[in-house]
Amino acid sequence: MPTLVSHPDEVKIISRRFGAGAADIEKYLELDGYKAVQKAIESGPEWVINEMKASGLRGRGGAGFPTGMKWSFVPKVSEKPKYVLVNGDESEPGTCKDHVIFLHDPHAVIEGTMIAGLAIGAKMGFIYLRGEYRYLLKVVEKAVADAYAKGFLGKNIFGKEGVDFDIVTQTGAGAYEVGEESALMESLEGKRGVPRIKPPFPAVVGLYGGPTVINNAETIASAPHILLMGGAEYAKVGSERNGGTRLFGISGHVERPGVYELPMGYNLKKAIYEVAGGVKGGRKLKAVVPGGSSCPVLKADELDVGLDFDQMGKAGTMLGSGGIVVLDETVSIVEFALRTIKFYQHESCGWCIPCREGTDWLKKTLTRFYNGYGNKKDINNIQYLAENMMGRTFCPLGDAAAMPTLGFIKKFREEFEEYLEGHRTEKALITTEELIGAAH
Amino acid sequence: MSAIANSIFSPETAARFDKLVTLYPVKRSALIPMLLYAQDEVGYVSDAVVHEIAARLDLFDLDVRGVLSYYSMLRTKPAGKYNVQVCTNISCMLRGGYEILDHCKAKLGIGHKEVTADKLFSLEEVECIGACCWAPAMQVNYDFHENLTTVKVDEILADYAAGRGKDVK
Repeated sequence: MPTLVSHPDEVKIISRRFGAGAADIEKYLELDGYKAVQKAIESGPEWVINEMKASGLRGRGGAGFPTGMKWSFVPKVSEKPKYVLVNGDESEPGTCKDHVIFLHDPHAVIEGTMIAGLAIGAKMGFIYLRGEYRYLLKVVEKAVADAYAKGFLGKNIFGKEGVDFDIVTQTGAGAYEVGEESALMESLEGKRGVPRIKPPFPAVVGLYGGPTVINNAETIASAPHILLMGGAEYAKVGSERNGGTRLFGISGHVERPGVYELPMGYNLKKAIYEVAGGVKGGRKLKAVVPGGSSCPVLKADELDVGLDFDQMGKAGTMLGSGGIVVLDETVSIVEFALRTIKFYQHESCGWCIPCREGTDWLKKTLTRFYNGYGNKKDINNIQYLAENMMGRTFCPLGDAAAMPTLGFIKKFREEFEEYLEGHRTEKALITTEELIGAAH
Repeated sequence: MSAIANSIFSPETAARFDKLVTLYPVKRSALIPMLLYAQDEVGYVSDAVVHEIAARLDLFDLDVRGVLSYYSMLRTKPAGKYNVQVCTNISCMLRGGYEILDHCKAKLGIGHKEVTADKLFSLEEVECIGACCWAPAMQVNYDFHENLTTVKVDEILADYAAGRGKDVK
């Protein structure tokens, strides 16, 4: 069971019910549960979308698209049914925030799904969790069953004639690619999770061909809180153009790893040194991957930056999924780069060539390099390969593999060069058998 | 009730499948959940499982196999009663994930995707399992174990071996 942490600098909005037993519907109701959705039913879709726009909430999955705007893109009239799809396929290394939401506050996800449904005129929502979260599916399934039993889901919800909403929950079966929104729709339709070509975008042609809103679980779980406190008030908590708070998972070499809720724009250095207790064992900090493994790395002297989409962009990296991974001075960047790319090579769905071949060649080259058989040309070749993957794939997985690789080469080229000087690993991270596919 | 004769699943699982196909606007959507529940019961996705699920969803066996081969949690060979999955991805790696994996290999005497002779345990090195802030971590069947040390791993494995471990399915 994940341990909950806390720090005085936290602003607990989405996490305010964590640890309070809110997976139980009675406790959730005691803590203002299902008040927001009733307010949404009374006030209407336009009010909901306006509050969401006023909140400045930007998608918590990684792309940071304004949520209110996303909801407003769904056509008001549609021949096909509309759907809400909650993306709980949290698989980006460094990221475990949705894990905590599903465990401690599943009703917030359910209520948020209903709110999104009311806003766009959908009568059905899906909550899709990653396959590895099967134990959390049980928590969410129980919460959904309890909501049905109370008359909050199904026909005429909350006793309102003609207001219907159903929720179906399921897990995937292990595929990082399914976290991409169109691949998620394919997977939910019972197919291989490969991306669809866009346009059309899901807001117009999505699940089962109907207009669909797809949001990350944290985004959806934020909606009830926003409606209760008011969009404008929520926006005030964050920084400019980045409303509210977000859950940051701080992991790696820190004293107090954990999921913390901090206001958008909170200083990254402070988050590491004060909130998470600094570098483990008092060692020197070497680098930080700020928003999940796909984000370009920051060096120790680049951490004085605000944690929001715009400031991180200006710093040459991304806020991503909010998964901050801290590396101390003992980490070999060559080894870390190889472990990162091993993941992307494993998870590439193989649909487009630049990603399928690119990640494979990056893994092969980095493996040889790490094992001590690299040459100086390899460094430029790695860079060349990564540059040629950027922007050339249907979905962002190609970019997700290329961006950190380019970051490692750009920021730590000297370390790669030094590594060439007679370095031989005692133990291969990837064996030759694995590399040529002879292993399982 | 399904028109498909239930041949390999328990009545509970067959009833769950009958319900699953009614939940979605399209029957095929039930495919991945069905494969997972079938695997939980049979131990792996056998040819018979593929055939019956295909029949239940009006699909060709090939459609099912195409999906089956894509997802890393679905397997076509039996695993141990307790499938130990050790994460070595970046957050776990930084806090000793590889040491935990090596320890499991030595303790169980098996390698990646191998099964112990008594079929009690199988071992897998897996990609990120979403327990980054509680690293290093592993899953046994669907139960999470976090903040691992080699001592803790020994205790966990001993608990499962003695039938005291949680068998989440």
